[in-house]
Amino acid sequence: MALRQCAIYGKGGIGKSTTTQNLVAALAESGKKVMIVGCDPKADSTRLILHSKAQNSVMELAAEAGSVEDLELEDVLSVGFGGIKCVESGGPEPGVGCAGRGVITAINFLEEEGAYDDELDFVFYDVLGDVVCGGFAMPIRENKAQEIYIVCSGEMMAMYAANNIAKGIVKYANSGSVRLAGLICNSRQTDREDELIEALARMLGTQMIHFIPRANSVQHAEIRRMTVIEYDPTNPQADEYRQLANKIVNNKKFVIPTPITMDELEALLMEFGIMEVEDASIIGKKAAEIAA
Amino acid sequence: MQQVDDIKPCYPLFRQDEYKESLGNKQDQFEERHDADKVQDTFTWTTTAEYRDLNFKREALTVNPAKACQPLGAVLCALGFEKTLPYVHGSQGCVAYFRTYFNRHFKEPISCVSDSMTEDAAVFGGQKNMIDGLENAKALYKPDMIAVSTTCMAEVIGDDLNAFITNTKKAGNIPDDFPTPYAHTPSFVGSHVTGWDNMFEGVMRYFTLNTMEGKEPGKNGKINIVPGFETYLGNYRVMHRMLDEMGVAHTMLSDPTEVLDTPADGQFRMYAGGTTQDEVKDAPNATNTFLLQPLQLDKTRKYVEGTWKHEVPKLNIPMGLEWTDEWLMKVSEVTGKEIPASLVKERGRLVDMITDSHTWLHGKKFGLYGDPDFVMGMAKFLTELGAEPTHILCNNGSKKWNKAMRAVMDETPYGKDAKLYPGADLWHFRSLMFTEKPDFMIGNSYGKFIQRDTLHKGKEFEVPLIRIGFPIFDRHHLHRATTLGYEGAMQVLTTLVNSVLERLDEETRGMGTTDYNYDLVR
Repeated sequence: MALRQCAIYGKGGIGKSTTTQNLVAALAESGKKVMIVGCDPKADSTRLILHSKAQNSVMELAAEAGSVEDLELEDVLSVGFGGIKCVESGGPEPGVGCAGRGVITAINFLEEEGAYDDELDFVFYDVLGDVVCGGFAMPIRENKAQEIYIVCSGEMMAMYAANNIAKGIVKYANSGSVRLAGLICNSRQTDREDELIEALARMLGTQMIHFIPRANSVQHAEIRRMTVIEYDPTNPQADEYRQLANKIVNNKKFVIPTPITMDELEALLMEFGIMEVEDASIIGKKAAEIAA
Repeated sequence: MQQVDDIKPCYPLFRQDEYKESLGNKQDQFEERHDADKVQDTFTWTTTAEYRDLNFKREALTVNPAKACQPLGAVLCALGFEKTLPYVHGSQGCVAYFRTYFNRHFKEPISCVSDSMTEDAAVFGGQKNMIDGLENAKALYKPDMIAVSTTCMAEVIGDDLNAFITNTKKAGNIPDDFPTPYAHTPSFVGSHVTGWDNMFEGVMRYFTLNTMEGKEPGKNGKINIVPGFETYLGNYRVMHRMLDEMGVAHTMLSDPTEVLDTPADGQFRMYAGGTTQDEVKDAPNATNTFLLQPLQLDKTRKYVEGTWKHEVPKLNIPMGLEWTDEWLMKVSEVTGKEIPASLVKERGRLVDMITDSHTWLHGKKFGLYGDPDFVMGMAKFLTELGAEPTHILCNNGSKKWNKAMRAVMDETPYGKDAKLYPGADLWHFRSLMFTEKPDFMIGNSYGKFIQRDTLHKGKEFEVPLIRIGFPIFDRHHLHRATTLGYEGAMQVLTTLVNSVLERLDEETRGMGTTDYNYDLVR
């Protein structure tokens, strides 16, 4: 089977890294050869696979060695649970430098050093938050990830971010083969969350590929720096990730998304009662004025 | 004062008393400089071994780099294709620099455009600049191809050339089938030679990647020659001549000799000569591809071997006697054409010249700096002449270069004491020229300041510069010379031996002191 490259985007803190690692562990469990490329300066995209605090990142090692050219592939690539290959691009401390450039440098390095070998079935890019600059779009540029999954939940800002990411994808989809492959709902237990995300998915022209219920077992595994798949394979939550993995393996629905306007998004949220219908009479009124 | 009927340039004008006085007043009253003794003491300290050791401990600073940046190489590569406009996606100042750099070296106008990214492009991305830029450049300058490279600004914000160019075509600003090869050339990675390699691969990829069907090695009976970042126009010409004499049909992939050497006949040529698009499309059908500067063409080799399925011969740069021999024999082996009598005779002449001059060159010590393949070929040739390369500095040399260079030097007693300095700069080189003085240094024009500094310490410390390399800004027409093949070896040998003799004359010109050796016959 040909190599499939997938990028996972979503609002910060939504559970991208946890979802990605559990999903990848499920794929590895079923015999797939997988690589994870962490594209986030926090470098926490591989710790559940490697049982480590944070892997040595490409940029960190490059800064030590003097330049990226001085690195070898085995310096940056570690193998963890289920033979999963792990790489972290890494990047600067908050407030300085350019993390986006770090992602570009790291992915170029992996390509030049032949990390994308013929035996791989999947590469997953776990990408920081929004597509805030060109660097974070690197995984969806030419010849790289062709399937984008967006992790979201029924919270307003998560959906807002998902819509923004869809806008980013459109830019690259028109000139290349990158497509939106689905929304992964990582439940926050808001009301009618599955219906809401399905409605959003329809408006974006895509699907909600899976609804992952909230479960404490994920946290139990995480404090042991493990995925649920590895920590407790019989746990029902592990089956949720296996289902997600299976759906991704069989996924054929790849679309150029149709992002919606802010008004449309607000209308959707109002319809589901997440946002109250705007009362024009209270805008700009202080508490004292309303009381009077 | 300047006199209208006797206008003088700054030298010697500023040596006149009134200027000396005026400049002296400026120094005394406004420059707040240290006294002359302190300046001299500091200068002397920078010439010591103690300073050299400190200098080599530098970690985070480059002083006087002996390399330029990637897009400069990309521009030279683009200039070698027929009616091709080099287009740099990024800020305007960078492109002004590339143009002036080549202007000053080649003494020719250099046509190259920028899409002038400014503050707003840095924030919003440079797609709009690309769309307008490509449309305008095509309309104004009517090229048949636009070769796009990038500056650091575009690279830091992560602009995607493929997407931007495709979007420009989709929007209809330039036609779909208009050739627009591209290469990402971040200035902060590699050097000008990397940029040449990247742009070249981009051009080959554009014209051949998706049209490999029906193409196979050997189909057109030619060989391909890939020069790499090459600024000696004679080197392109000597390759054509040698291969023509052998009767070997060939394609020089990227050949800027015409556009960089246009005649003054009243007609401005924005484009002249160059490798045609048809030749590029046909290149995979060649029997094989020869890389003239193999250490700097990694990406090209991978592409040619991977996509064209050519078994690229493992050769060194064809400089000097032995490596030219090997090169010609390999061409002969690949093509089945014999090496003709004319080249055998030319080789014999070179050997004759070497024997004529060897007494003057034997044991002479040279420090050299420059690009990876150039310094390697130069050092190899020096050892063939019985001269000793003592310090070989390559600012853009990798570990791989260091290893290959060491192996070449260890083959001969003339090279075994050579010290190699990959990644070092010209300020390092300056220290070495003081503490471990060779007889001469070989390199580009920037070495003249090291010569001045060594002379300032005293005539006996002076290390004269022999100008071979890139860029050469302060001598004329040397870019038309040849350094490759037997012809190149002859020219380099002539330059070297005459530099030695010139220096000897200079030292023995003392009336009644040294002129007992100021000989008419050398």
